[in-house]
Amino acid sequence: MLLIWNRPGFVEELSEEERNAIFGEVDVIMKELTESGELVGGEALAHPAQTRTVRPAAGGGTEVTDGPFLESKEQFAGYLTVDCETPERAAEIAARWPDVAHGVGVLEVRPVMEQSGTEM
Amino acid sequence: MTDRAVEDLLRALAPQVLGVLVRRHGQFYACEDAVQEALLAAATQWPAQGVPDHPRSWLVTVATRRLTDEWRSERARRDREVAVAVREPAYAAVAPAADEEPPSGDDTLKLLFLCCHTALTVSAQVALTLRAVGGLSTAEIARAYLVPEATMSQRIRRAKQRIEAAGARFAMPSAADRDARLGAVLHVLYLIFNEGYTASSGAELHRAELTGEAIRLARELRRLLPDDGEVAGLLALMLLTDAHRGARTGPGGELVPLAEQDRGRWDRAGIEEGVALVTEALTWSAPGPYQVQAAIAAVHAEAPAAADTDWPQIVALYRVLARLAPNPMVTLNQAAAVAMVDGPRAGLALLAPLDADERTAGHHRLAAVRAHLLELAGDRDAARAAYLAAARATISLPERHYLEVRAARLTGDR
Repeated sequence: MLLIWNRPGFVEELSEEERNAIFGEVDVIMKELTESGELVGGEALAHPAQTRTVRPAAGGGTEVTDGPFLESKEQFAGYLTVDCETPERAAEIAARWPDVAHGVGVLEVRPVMEQSGTEM
Repeated sequence: MTDRAVEDLLRALAPQVLGVLVRRHGQFYACEDAVQEALLAAATQWPAQGVPDHPRSWLVTVATRRLTDEWRSERARRDREVAVAVREPAYAAVAPAADEEPPSGDDTLKLLFLCCHTALTVSAQVALTLRAVGGLSTAEIARAYLVPEATMSQRIRRAKQRIEAAGARFAMPSAADRDARLGAVLHVLYLIFNEGYTASSGAELHRAELTGEAIRLARELRRLLPDDGEVAGLLALMLLTDAHRGARTGPGGELVPLAEQDRGRWDRAGIEEGVALVTEALTWSAPGPYQVQAAIAAVHAEAPAAADTDWPQIVALYRVLARLAPNPMVTLNQAAAVAMVDGPRAGLALLAPLDADERTAGHHRLAAVRAHLLELAGDRDAARAAYLAAARATISLPERHYLEVRAARLTGDR
C-alpha cells in the first residue's frame, strides 16, 4: 500500500498550470497502473479538518475530539493499493507520484498483511 | 443437473473447446474471448433448461458463432470503408460439423504450455491458465486473488496480447524447449495450489476452489504425461499437503504447526493416494525436486504421532533435495530436520551462512526457524528476540499472531 502524506491545502498555493500538471501526472500513472494490471484500489481522503479522533477517556469510556491523531505539518491524504512483482517496483511507482516528484509530500510504502500463512 | 455439476462439467470442457477452436482458426486471443462467452451462456442456460445431449458440440457451435459474428462485423466495417460489395461466405457454413471433433488431451497440454509462456509474468501465467485451461471466469479469478475484476481483466487481456506478440503457436514445443516449459507449467500449478492453500479467513471458499482446481489440472496433466515422474511428484505433493487442511487451523482460525496437529483429522484417502503415487514414481523415475518434497511429506504423513517421525530419513531426503535444487529455503528446512537428529546446535550451525544470503537475510522464515531452534537449545532470551524479529518481518496475519504468542510464552512462564 502506498500511503500519501502531504501538507493540507497545498493545492491552493499552486498556480493553475502547476495544478493541471499534477492532476495530469496522476491520470497518466493511474492509466498505466490500470493497463499493467497492478492497480488494486485507492481512495483520496477529505481534509484533515473533518477528522474525528476517538480515544480512551481519562475517567474511563471514550472521548471523541475534532482533528487528527497526529499534530504534524503533513497529514495522511489518501492511499493507493498496488499489486506488483517486487517492493522495489512499488517504491518506483511512489517515486513518480506528484507529491514526491514536486516536493510537496511523501509516500510511505508498506506491505498489506495477508489473512493467510504458510505451514510451520 | 445442479449448478455445481454444470460448473464442473464446464471447467472440464473449457480447454477442449478452446483447443478445437484454436486448432481450426488460430488466433488464440479471439478464440479465447469467444469460448468465455460460450461458457457464460452455458452457465446461465444449462441449469434452467438442462444440459444439451452433446455439451461439447454445443459449446463449440456457440463459440464458433460468436467468433464468426465478430469477424463478420469487423469485415462489414472494413467492407464499408473500402466500398467492396463482395460478401464473404459465412464461416459457419464452411466449418466442419462440431460433433466431428474428437476430444483431444493434446489440446489441453498445448494450452497449458501456451498459457505458461515465458514471455509472461508469473501472475499473468497464473491468470491465463485459470481462465483458458481451468475455465474460470475473470470474476472468479479476481475474487480468488482479491483484486478488482477490471484489474484481472486487464491482466488477462495483456497476457493474451503478449503471447500473440511473441508469435507463440498452438503447438507442442520442441523437445529441447519442453523441459523448461514443463517446469513453468508445474510451477504455475503449484502457485495456484499454494494461493488456495495458504488462505484462511475471508474469501476462504474461493481460495479452497483454487486448491481443488490445481489438483484437478495436475491430475489432467498426469493423465497426459504419465511417463513424467515430476508430474506425479507434484500431484502427490499437493495431495499430501492438502490432506492437512482440516487440522492446520484451530477453532479461532489460528495456525497449528505440523508437530501439534491432530493427525486424526488428516485426510487419510488423500494421504494414501499421495504416498502411493510418489512411492511408485520413485521406482522408475530419476528423483526430481517435487518427488523428493512429496517423499518428505509422505514420511511426515506416515508417522502416527509427531514424536514417531523418521527424522533421519527426512534429513537424508533434504540432503538429496539440496543437491537437486540448491536453495536457501531448502537449507532452512534441512536445518530444522537436522536439529531433530543431531540436536539444535547442529541445526543452528547450518543456519549461520543464510544471514549472508540476500534471499534469506532478514526473511521471517529464517528468524522463525532460528527462534525455534534457540528455544529447543534453552536460550530463552535469544529465542524470544528471534520470534519478535520474525513477527515484525512477516506479512501474514495468522503467522504474526503465532510468532507473537511464542515470544510471549517465553516471557510469561519463567
